[in-house]
Amino acid sequence: MTSETLRPPETGEPAPVAPAPRVRPRRRGWRQAVRRDWQLYSLAVLPLLFFLVFRYLPMLGNVIAFRRFQPGGSIFGEYWVGLRYFRMFFADPTFWQVFTNTLVLGALTLLFCFPLPIVLALLLNEVRTRKLKRFVQSVSYLPHFLSIVIVAAMVMQLLAMDGAVNQLVRATGGDGVPFLQRAEWFRTIYVSSEVWQTVGWGTILYLAALTTIDGNLYEAARIDGANRWRQTWHVTLPGIRPTMVTLLILNIGTFMAVGFEKILLLYNPLTYPTADVISTYLYRMGFESSNFSYAAAIGLFEAVIGLVLVLTANLISRRTVGTSLW
Amino acid sequence: MVTLGTKRAARRPRGPRDTRGYRVFQVVNGIILTAVVIVTLYPFVNIVARSLSDEANIIAGKVNLLPQGFNLTAYKLVTSDPMFWTNYRNTVVYTVVATAISIVLTTCYAYVLSKPQLKGRGALVGIAVFTMFFSGGLIPNYVLITSLGMKNSIWAVVIPNAINVFNLLVMKAFFESLPTELEEAAAVDGLNTYGILLRIVLPLSKAIIATMVLFYAVSFWNSWFTAFLYLDRQELFPVTVYLRNLIAGATGAQSAGGVADADAVQAAATLQAVTIVLTTLPILTVYPFIQRYFVSGVMLGAVKG
Repeated sequence: MTSETLRPPETGEPAPVAPAPRVRPRRRGWRQAVRRDWQLYSLAVLPLLFFLVFRYLPMLGNVIAFRRFQPGGSIFGEYWVGLRYFRMFFADPTFWQVFTNTLVLGALTLLFCFPLPIVLALLLNEVRTRKLKRFVQSVSYLPHFLSIVIVAAMVMQLLAMDGAVNQLVRATGGDGVPFLQRAEWFRTIYVSSEVWQTVGWGTILYLAALTTIDGNLYEAARIDGANRWRQTWHVTLPGIRPTMVTLLILNIGTFMAVGFEKILLLYNPLTYPTADVISTYLYRMGFESSNFSYAAAIGLFEAVIGLVLVLTANLISRRTVGTSLW
Repeated sequence: MVTLGTKRAARRPRGPRDTRGYRVFQVVNGIILTAVVIVTLYPFVNIVARSLSDEANIIAGKVNLLPQGFNLTAYKLVTSDPMFWTNYRNTVVYTVVATAISIVLTTCYAYVLSKPQLKGRGALVGIAVFTMFFSGGLIPNYVLITSLGMKNSIWAVVIPNAINVFNLLVMKAFFESLPTELEEAAAVDGLNTYGILLRIVLPLSKAIIATMVLFYAVSFWNSWFTAFLYLDRQELFPVTVYLRNLIAGATGAQSAGGVADADAVQAAATLQAVTIVLTTLPILTVYPFIQRYFVSGVMLGAVKG
């Protein structure tokens, strides 16, 4: 995912480049292309249909954010109401609360789930026993393979009044705390379970990037008198920088969509003050209050912010460090 | 670049002159990594211990690493619930059907995208990649599925997520790395595109297809929200929704405050532990064998972006 491998067009590798006779005059008409490659195009028909119906049609479906929608009516709504629903949620104090919660949870997730895999990868990289390294890796990947429902269920079991965490609290002389009923605990619970599930898996790409660093660079650094710490700082980290930047951009892209499914499983009315985020709020607006247009307006707002965040992060990183997604 | 995963690590020269500081670091590092392993595994051990304990000991908060008052009552209770098995079977059926559809669609599209000479290829790639960064959102999707009449049918679960763009790019990268000479020779021999794909390309792609099957199968096996959203009848639920309803019931009772029947809630806690164990078991059983395919798949996708 480095810029070097991303930048050149798809023929970047020497092997598969077609030999000279394959190159035909550039300006070929569509008719000719279809006549020659119609079988290839025919293979793309079903997947394209999938994308158009299940990905692009819903994007168009967002017009119900500007239209009155009636359940059972047209999927594009009945008549125009302009920005009514947007004005509604801008004036809705709950919206601003869930907006803030989204930003806080997103920022906390980014703060912990982005750097920790790098740290773990660097620590793993220093392990000399291959078997031990592989064992730690295997164990740390495991939570990634669990359904989010199972993770949520485990969290509930661990945090139950009779669960392991409360046993520890009582053993140290405290009183049991119903953690999942306490708004002030939700962020801690959310972020730590997220770390538990994602950190190990997140090391894969960094470990791969670490193997590509030229050993001579370390040799040179050592001759220049750099100790281990300075070698890490001046050789290792710059070596994995493209990977870091790419993953950072991708993380920022999912910033707004903070773990919707997990929050839906873990929150309850008592923890709404900290747990309720934009996506869960619009879920309740849509499916519990049946206010589809209002919920669609919120969803569209969220998706557009998400897109803007990715584009901005990508642009900034291209300008400053020369790494970008495309 | 594709063989990255198998390349040996560029070893940092390890001089004999390890400083005292570095030796201390090695010890600390060992302690940290041991802690990582313990923290990762502890919840599993705890859940298994709870699932095998009797309720009195769980309520008393005595169950931690080892089962207290070992018994299998809760296991018998869960496994004798016909709905549990119905839902388990649904999970298997959904996973198999969805994976099959996904593999066919992903393979076809990835193969088309891997042909550099194809006119309009850039647009076809763009159509797929754009959906990674912008999506229609929950409500329009729900409205669409409903109006297509797919609610309460298997199709609502297996079709809307048929193509994962990340998997698509991984496959495309793999097809691009195949030597073109074979396909050209086959074309000269008179094989058409379908023949080339079926008889030349796919036999060469067994490894990547196996990886894709695993990627899709695990994600469908684990998914719950699509089923939760589009299926209303209990006999259609996958087992993840079964578990979800079990835990949602428990929190509902707790957050309601005055719990009249504490025994029932506690029984539910043991049942939850058992259901968690039984749902996790298949994943844990195959995990050691599938893990490395996942890792290589992730790297293949990453290297080619």
